[in-house]
Amino acid sequence: MLTTADSLLSLVGDTPLVELSRFVPGPVRVYAKLEGQNPTGSIKDRVAKAMIEAAEASGELEPGRRLLEPTSGNTGISLALVAKLKGYPLTCVLPANATEERRRLLRLYGAEIVESPGEEGSNGAVRMALALAEADPSWFMPFQYANEANPRAHYEGTGAEIAAALDRVDVLVAGLGTGGTLMGTGERLRESFPDVVVAAAEPLPGDHVMGLRSLADGYVPPILDVEKLDRKILVSNEESVAALKKLLGTEGLLAGVSSGAVAHVARLLAAELTEGVVVCVFADGGWKEISADFWEARDVERSMERTVWW
Amino acid sequence: MTAIRIPPTLRNEVGGERQVEAHGGSVREVLEDLARRYPALESQLFEDGELATFVNVYLGGEDIRTLDGLDTTVDGLPMILLPAMAGGC
Repeated sequence: MLTTADSLLSLVGDTPLVELSRFVPGPVRVYAKLEGQNPTGSIKDRVAKAMIEAAEASGELEPGRRLLEPTSGNTGISLALVAKLKGYPLTCVLPANATEERRRLLRLYGAEIVESPGEEGSNGAVRMALALAEADPSWFMPFQYANEANPRAHYEGTGAEIAAALDRVDVLVAGLGTGGTLMGTGERLRESFPDVVVAAAEPLPGDHVMGLRSLADGYVPPILDVEKLDRKILVSNEESVAALKKLLGTEGLLAGVSSGAVAHVARLLAAELTEGVVVCVFADGGWKEISADFWEARDVERSMERTVWW
Repeated sequence: MTAIRIPPTLRNEVGGERQVEAHGGSVREVLEDLARRYPALESQLFEDGELATFVNVYLGGEDIRTLDGLDTTVDGLPMILLPAMAGGC
């Protein structure tokens, strides 16, 4: 039944699950949850909406506050939509080597951008945002890396939707960033399917975006508990792009770089099973990477090594 | 012999090499051998005998923290060391 929505915020979540029987033929069924179908085109709409509404409900966020967030793109774009509809100005701290489409989208949605040094990667954006927020308490920083509303959005949304749609889930695969998707969705799926294997696909970063002077500059998001992951698998840019091309070629599905990594891991883990159901979470579509060189590049790794992709 | 890929952050400690080699049957033995060859790595890799918080070690592409940790059998698989990084867009 078709209905109307009162705002885009009401259209966050309830994303479709599609079977990838051409990408992974055989007895194991693989489904992708298409988070690119959220209003701004990524899974981060769930997180942005949940973080802002939780802060409003607790009284921590009041009208007139300015929002600040470190993000290499998707969270910023999602926050920009939520902030616009709720009337908060937003500033995003973005690594200088984030993709041009993301930067442009942020500006079009009305966010201000502060750049952190590209060679410091996303850790540099986190560091700069934390310093800015500390220096000026008038900022409100949702801070997806430490905000419990992030995994909760996936527990109540992503995970609950998958559990309602399928009567069996043997493996969950999602990309590892803040850990929010894996923690929240994994926890909810374990309630319905106690033996589910929760698997993280993790990007193998190019040397140029690691940007840490020492290991002490490293960062483990407070919401991420690696103990709760059953598998954590590194995926190269080249493997991600090969999977993206195969998804497009076999299923007609244009997915983002992190979804390529997730699809790659889903295929590996499906091959370990003789039957069952693998669910992968595709965080966004590939629309923001249309102009990227990697689609045609002969040396995929080289074409991607200087950019923060997810 | 296990081939170990070294991240830029730790290359000074191994004389600038991108990849080095070390011996051992378990991840712990390989990392201890590595720290013997390059003593400056010791304090970077270990905290109280356990793997340091901000180091991720992958064997055959899988994080040893979701395998058997430092007790994971190496089995001829290549090893990658990476710093813990914030991701997540």
